[in-house]
Amino acid sequence: MAAITLEGVGKTYAGGVDALPSIDLNIADGEFVVLVGPSGCGKSTLLRMIAGLESVTRGTIRIGERVVNTVEPAERDIAMVFQNYALYPHMTVRQNLAYGLKNRKMAKDEIARRVDEAAKILEIGPYLDRKPKALSGGQRQRVAMGRAIVREPAAFLFDEPLSNLDAKLRVQMRGEIKQLQARLGTTSIYVTHDQLEAMTLAHRLVVLNAGRIEQVGTPLEVYRKPASTFVAAFIGSPAMSLLTAEAAGGVARLGDATLALPADVTAIGEVVLGLRPEDLTPVPAGTEGAIPMTVSYIEELGAQRLIHGQTAGQGIVCAVPSDVEVGASLAVLPSSGALHVFDAKSGRRVN
Amino acid sequence: MKRTLFRQRALAYLLIAPQLAVTAIFFLWPTGQAIVQSFQQEDAFGLHTSWVGLANYRALFSDPTYIQALGVTVVFTVAVTLSALVVALLLALAVDRLVRSATVYTTLLVWPYAVAPAVVGVLWWFLFNPTIGPLPYVLEQMGYQWDHSLHGTDAMILVVIAAAWPQVSYNFLFFVAGLQSIPASMREAAAIDGAGPAKRFFTITLPLLSPTTFFLAVVNLVYAMFNTFPVIHATTQGGPAGATDILVFKVYQDGFVALNLGSSAAQSVVLLVIVIALTAIQFGWMERRVQY
Repeated sequence: MAAITLEGVGKTYAGGVDALPSIDLNIADGEFVVLVGPSGCGKSTLLRMIAGLESVTRGTIRIGERVVNTVEPAERDIAMVFQNYALYPHMTVRQNLAYGLKNRKMAKDEIARRVDEAAKILEIGPYLDRKPKALSGGQRQRVAMGRAIVREPAAFLFDEPLSNLDAKLRVQMRGEIKQLQARLGTTSIYVTHDQLEAMTLAHRLVVLNAGRIEQVGTPLEVYRKPASTFVAAFIGSPAMSLLTAEAAGGVARLGDATLALPADVTAIGEVVLGLRPEDLTPVPAGTEGAIPMTVSYIEELGAQRLIHGQTAGQGIVCAVPSDVEVGASLAVLPSSGALHVFDAKSGRRVN
Repeated sequence: MKRTLFRQRALAYLLIAPQLAVTAIFFLWPTGQAIVQSFQQEDAFGLHTSWVGLANYRALFSDPTYIQALGVTVVFTVAVTLSALVVALLLALAVDRLVRSATVYTTLLVWPYAVAPAVVGVLWWFLFNPTIGPLPYVLEQMGYQWDHSLHGTDAMILVVIAAAWPQVSYNFLFFVAGLQSIPASMREAAAIDGAGPAKRFFTITLPLLSPTTFFLAVVNLVYAMFNTFPVIHATTQGGPAGATDILVFKVYQDGFVALNLGSSAAQSVVLLVIVIALTAIQFGWMERRVQY
């Protein structure tokens, strides 16, 4: 087990493509950090650099006290779970688990002990003598994790390990990964593009966009105080509505509606207001501070219904309990302190 | 499987008729003819034919030149198959490491397959010609007197090279495709699992290539045993002293040159049995050992 430190880590591909300009990140021993961002944001590249599968163009990567920039993947004391599991199809599950240990010339009885222990933890005992082909997606996923835990490494690296599973299994495996990590206490870095997965798993979230860190924080911090419009739109489901408004004298004008800005906002001119659907409550038309909206369509989610609509020519979404009747238009009131304000040009948070 | 139902049976038969005709005329008829002839003997002028039972077969297996040809065929076939597979795999591994120039090398390496077998034979015969060829000159500088018209081993090496060369191209293409179908993450997982390049090759890459290797082994064995007639004919003509006299060449030599039709027919039947046995062994036994 070890801490992982990234200092000014960057990657430029041959041909001058700057995938990652410069990343600074400290991951504490035993911490579960999730790198989340859309496709092409550089999160997988960063993980592969930590694993040693991609060369490091600049900066230093430390695992524990050791600088590992040019250390072979095998010598970094890490284990990785791949998106396609990368199980060796010609070996049985037992051989798959033992392969990494055998390569390190571990004693036979120690290998057997660790394989049996991992099999017990992951409940894959009955399949030890099967080949991966004969396993279901979820079982393969367990074997891939088993291959990581038998090594007892300093860190686990997960590269979108659940994206090949169906929705139900994904939720189940998500829970198991979380419990497993808590139980083993091994430093883990987990890459995903699924914000829900990121929110539920992480001790700390790292939101990446176009090779840059947009925000680092606990899931709640990121959810409650997104640092930019990018994070605001990316984290949270249903997504936050972002509306361009005119700020002046402590209020923002959004079409006919006037919203009081938080006291710490001094911006004047164009701003972007962020409103989470669940922070909006339907109120009688004409209520002070309410935003009028025309309804475009309604999504039924069972527990709640999502009202998609328009206000002042911009899209807005409101979540209401499923027993609330909705007409062709309504007015919604943001709950106090629920207004997120961003600079219109830079997209950074201003309150 | 896609099945098409034909209302009129006549049309169905009409459509498969060309293929059936080809099979009947060029395979079934000559095979039947060979089987019949293998039990007959013909006089020198072809005027009188008599039934001789198994005499042709008995004569064949007590003929030392035939026994020698059997041995030569085994050595030749194994050498051609192994060298064509190993060289092709090495080239494919080299090309697999390249990113941008891979297509250029692939294109160049495939060319030899397009050269006509007889031309391949003549080409290598020329390259190794003791009088005018460049390679014997180089070998002589290194202290080796190359002469495939005198030394049986030299002759065997020459025909193996000439026969394996175009086959390398063919194998290479399949190996490149096979290597590309192995997910990169498999090798990366093995690298993280502490396997060095050599270990990765032998424990991951090679087993995952085994379906390709198996298929190529079958194709190469059949090629080396039955399709190398033009190469032998253009280079050594079975010589010196039968050192490169493979079974297929001997069939031609005894039947069409020496005009011993009975013996030649018996040899063809023996070859037929060998093909059937080889196919059965390869698919029955070797396929079970192919991974996944």
